[in-house]
Amino acid sequence: MVPETYYTMLSAILFSIGVVGVLVRRNPLVIFMSIELMLNAANLALVAFGARFGAADAQVLVFFVMTVAAAEVAVGLAIIVAIFRLRRRLSVDDLSLMRW
Amino acid sequence: MMRDVVVAFVLLNVLVLVVTYVTYVERKFAARMQSRIGPYRVGRPHGWLQPIADAIKLLIKEDIIPAMADRPVYNLAPIVFLIPSFLIFATVPFAPGLGLADLNIGILFFLAVSSLEIVGLFMGGWGSNNKYALLSSMRAVNQIISYEIPFVLAALIPVLLAGSLRLSAIVQAQSGLWFVAYPVIGQLAFAAFIVATIASENRVPFDILEAESELVAGFRVEYSGMKFALIQLAEYTHMFGVSCLGALLFLGGWLGPGLPGPVWFLLKALFIFLLVTWVRWSFVRIRVDQILRFSWKVLLPATLILVMATGLWVALRSGHVS
Amino acid sequence: MELVTFFGVAILAVASALGLVLRRNPIHGALFLVVNLGCVAVLYLLLGAEFLALAQIIIYAGAIMVLFVFAIMVLIPGKEETGPDPLRPQRLLAVPLGAVLLLEAVLVLRSHVVGGGSSRFPGHQPGSPLAAVPPAVRPGGIESVGRLLLGDYLFAFEVTSVLLLAALVGVLTLAKRKAE
Repeated sequence: MVPETYYTMLSAILFSIGVVGVLVRRNPLVIFMSIELMLNAANLALVAFGARFGAADAQVLVFFVMTVAAAEVAVGLAIIVAIFRLRRRLSVDDLSLMRW
Repeated sequence: MMRDVVVAFVLLNVLVLVVTYVTYVERKFAARMQSRIGPYRVGRPHGWLQPIADAIKLLIKEDIIPAMADRPVYNLAPIVFLIPSFLIFATVPFAPGLGLADLNIGILFFLAVSSLEIVGLFMGGWGSNNKYALLSSMRAVNQIISYEIPFVLAALIPVLLAGSLRLSAIVQAQSGLWFVAYPVIGQLAFAAFIVATIASENRVPFDILEAESELVAGFRVEYSGMKFALIQLAEYTHMFGVSCLGALLFLGGWLGPGLPGPVWFLLKALFIFLLVTWVRWSFVRIRVDQILRFSWKVLLPATLILVMATGLWVALRSGHVS
Repeated sequence: MELVTFFGVAILAVASALGLVLRRNPIHGALFLVVNLGCVAVLYLLLGAEFLALAQIIIYAGAIMVLFVFAIMVLIPGKEETGPDPLRPQRLLAVPLGAVLLLEAVLVLRSHVVGGGSSRFPGHQPGSPLAAVPPAVRPGGIESVGRLLLGDYLFAFEVTSVLLLAALVGVLTLAKRKAE
């Protein structure tokens, strides 16, 4: 049996890598994928905590997180595609004005 | 543990053999439909050695890698494409107790793993660095996403009727009457399942992603030799796996009088495979927009209504709703 | 055996996450992310959450990643991160900051508030309602998840469907080309 601490540690590592990815990369698509990485790390921690207490509630929560992530990805990618159509290039540094 | 390894090994080899001969059956069947003879020369009678000869030919052919290909992606794609195709058989029960792992979420496993096929597909399309391959994988993404949902919903109807996600339990629930014989619901669900199968296997009339006349051969245009053989093998294995799923879900799996269970199962799976092949050699390709419109505006609402009707019927039958 | 599996999968997960962040080509990044999501699915299996593991594969690897790859193919990027980076010092600052975050997270997880075994969790004694799950309903089992989803969490479940509908409509408005 693997102790849950291992799972939570792994989740912390993955989350930190995701944070670094968001901060370092310039391509909005990669930043978006790093955000997915962070969401997944959080999900893993949730499931590990849930397994410790033998409750299925954590899994239900993770299921909701997945659904929200799916909605978020759809909207986010649509925004990225719209921005690309407008500017013909793809870099988060161009998007500092908070307007089109 | 040891037993599982041995069973898996035997299953894999039997599968490769069966799938190789499934291609032979398809070629003979297609030939019949077009008043041809089909493979005849290699092996007597009726060219029965042809699949083996083809396999050997493909294995010893030169393997060409395009100069501008994204090499790691290009080389990994056939393998990534092949693994899910074989993995889906892990939960398929061929007869009571004859199967690798009869999980309590067997059908969910099947659907999840079979949806991984798309990863190998777009790896091949992207890695080839070829405009036809890229176009083909973009079409594949469109189409597979569109038909995944009706496919899952159609597969959900037997689950609702049987009240279990375990494939062997679904078969057991059909010992009285196969699900395809259930009035109205059964036939409609089976029809939806077949249509979604044809679409998710990219067969005519939904084969826009390999459309020979516009895209040459789609995402596999740059592949040759052994890798091409792997892709073909994966495609036919996947098709055969989905046929097995159809036999389990609608045609009562191994149930049947007289013959032993696995033989019945194989016959039923072949029946579904030939049904799809029959459609393939009878129809013409339809356009992309027609395919998408059909999925989202006809098939998806229809299967949704069917699932709701089935749920209502199950609830009425079990007396939860009076 | 389980420990070996865990470490193998964990190393693969970390390596693929690093691959996502370090590789310049977004398609490679997406493929690394698929590997990572698959690893997390295996970890869910190890934790006894079979339903989540398969949902993870269907939703993430089958749908979300496909959307990503589709967007990448539509945009055909690859030249975005080749030019000189005016904000390079700022960006490199992210690495030590990430390390600090990791350190903090590890410390918090090892502290007695959340980590260190179930017996030390405040308010949770063995035998309390949280732990008293009847053995017939296995916590990871799809049945208990289904009962919770359509029982206690029914409202949230329904709201999620409204959320998905809103996302659908939003994407349609965003992606629609304006009629000239």
